[in-house]
Amino acid sequence: MTTGMQIEESPTTDGNVITNYTINFGPQHPAAHGVLRMIMELDGEVIERIDPHVGLLHRGTEKLIEQKTYLQALPYFDRLDYCSPLCQEHSYVLAIEKLLNLEVPERAQYLRVLFAELTRICNHMLNMGAHVLDVGAFTPNLWIMDLREDCMNFFERASGARMHSAWFRPGGVHQDVPEKLLVDIGDWLDNRFFQLFDDAMSLVIDNRIFKQRNVDIAVVSRDDAVAWGFSGPMIRAAGIPWDLRKSQPYDVYDRMEFDIPVGTNSDCYDRFMVRVAEVRESAKIIKQCIRDMPEGPIASTDGKVSPPKRGEMKQSMESLIHHFKLYTEGFHVPEGEVYVATESPKGEFGVYLVSDGTNKPYRCKIRPTAFSHLQAMDFMSKGHMLPDATAILGAIDVVFGECDR
Amino acid sequence: MAVLHSAPKYASNDGVIAELSESISVWMLSAEEKHGECIFTVRRDDIATVLQTLRDDHKYQQLMEIAGADYPDRPERFECVYMLLSLTKNHRIIVKCSTDENTPVPTVTTLWPNAGWLEREVFDMYGVTFAGTKDLRRILTDYGFEGHPFRKDFPMTGYTELRYSEEEKRVVYEPVELPQDMRTFDFLSPWEGSDYVLPGDEKADGAPDVDKPKVTETPADTGAGEQAEENAEEGTDAVPPNMIEVEISDKEEGGEA
Repeated sequence: MTTGMQIEESPTTDGNVITNYTINFGPQHPAAHGVLRMIMELDGEVIERIDPHVGLLHRGTEKLIEQKTYLQALPYFDRLDYCSPLCQEHSYVLAIEKLLNLEVPERAQYLRVLFAELTRICNHMLNMGAHVLDVGAFTPNLWIMDLREDCMNFFERASGARMHSAWFRPGGVHQDVPEKLLVDIGDWLDNRFFQLFDDAMSLVIDNRIFKQRNVDIAVVSRDDAVAWGFSGPMIRAAGIPWDLRKSQPYDVYDRMEFDIPVGTNSDCYDRFMVRVAEVRESAKIIKQCIRDMPEGPIASTDGKVSPPKRGEMKQSMESLIHHFKLYTEGFHVPEGEVYVATESPKGEFGVYLVSDGTNKPYRCKIRPTAFSHLQAMDFMSKGHMLPDATAILGAIDVVFGECDR
Repeated sequence: MAVLHSAPKYASNDGVIAELSESISVWMLSAEEKHGECIFTVRRDDIATVLQTLRDDHKYQQLMEIAGADYPDRPERFECVYMLLSLTKNHRIIVKCSTDENTPVPTVTTLWPNAGWLEREVFDMYGVTFAGTKDLRRILTDYGFEGHPFRKDFPMTGYTELRYSEEEKRVVYEPVELPQDMRTFDFLSPWEGSDYVLPGDEKADGAPDVDKPKVTETPADTGAGEQAEENAEEGTDAVPPNMIEVEISDKEEGGEA
């Protein structure tokens, strides 16, 4: 609502016809979750039509990826949805592995699942904090942001980077984690996480203002949710128990025991509550990963895809050649095309990868989660009040790094 | 081939191609299963009919994605790739059609409301037009952008750059100026068939057969084999290595003395 522009006549109070307003919501707006510009047509304070303008953060990631080798393209995925970097990498490495038909050692699969779930918690902490902040609550955001900070510290200890980890690699993960890190994550879940999280949620879940702002806002029927291509918490809130981790398991998700929370009313409150429940399920998965994780290699033993260990390079000529070739030319991927989608915290994050048999992807199309959700913004907001737009946007969980690519 | 990878496992592809091909055979050009993906290529003009059949009769309820792709060597250079997902059958398929710069593809916004932005993106990035859609504005590029950036012949650096001008107190657009060339290396090994002449090889007799990479998969490729054995038996004037060594060592001693 940076600039207000009136078209035609101004509203009057003495019984005259009141014409519609057109206002700009964004591109610089604290509740726009980034650089989103929405052109809203308002009838008084009721939204008649929304035309979201996206692309203000378009960087041409897919074009850049075409010029990089498969490994060099990986860090771009961290920078798409910068709130859940490892889950984006997950889709990409699985797509490469599918083309290569590459076996990933068990420990690497467990590590990837563990850190994908930690990313989910990290992402939901930010989204839920921002959502409650958008509808007027300040304190919970501060509390759960502290938990997000803890997650970041774990990422740092595993990969060296707090956000842009680039830790998942085709064939496994980049390096093993110290035993102490796994112990600390378990400890954190047992002794710290739920205390803070439950405290923060107790301020929100039954809060009258929070409910007034979210219950019965943007109700989407099951059929509409399917037709609009919803995924993730958005489709689950509509009562459809659809979770790719369960229905199309990848890595070791098929060995994990967890439930899929679904909503009943398909409104913004349900979307929020689905995320609250998902965080608890993620914590369950993390504990199972720590409990069951076997010892062993953390990356594929195929020397033509995953680089040798430092120590081997000092001893073996073959390893040295492999290292040199992998970090200059990179590995070649067989010709073909795959579409691999995983359950990122925001929904279905897909990668359509076309290989022409060389060391660079011929085409890498990224399916952002936000595209179909944000597109439904007009349809979901119609007839709601202007302040509801922020609640709807908060419940969509949109990040523009991913939406605009 | 046994499945070794751990990518998402959905319902089996067995019989899917046969079943769907029968139903859409009138409009279908080809169908294949490769890398665990069922890919159907259909006639462009019938894409909406095909997708409607798949949605209504075969329960592929969701359109997850439309991807454009550019293959400049083909007569119809662009591909529109539709990713369908069935929530009830837990299965995914890929349907695609091809087109060129001037021929529009029938829209599928009539089937799925979320196709609108997906088609706008393909139009924005590749310049593929869609017939029958109400809204075909650009979506990701800047207001007033010209060209279609994901085409293979569009340079990675683009043509214009923008900066904030202190003099004019606004953002100005200027032609791209690069202080150094774009660094693109293909890193392809010259032994495995790079498609260009290496520096220094220009004067070599005849151009190298670049389409046929050198391999050593059979002994014949390496130059070994029966013919080589025969040639060896015919004998050469070469002296066995151990004798050369002796001769050289004699000479060396003499030289030093």
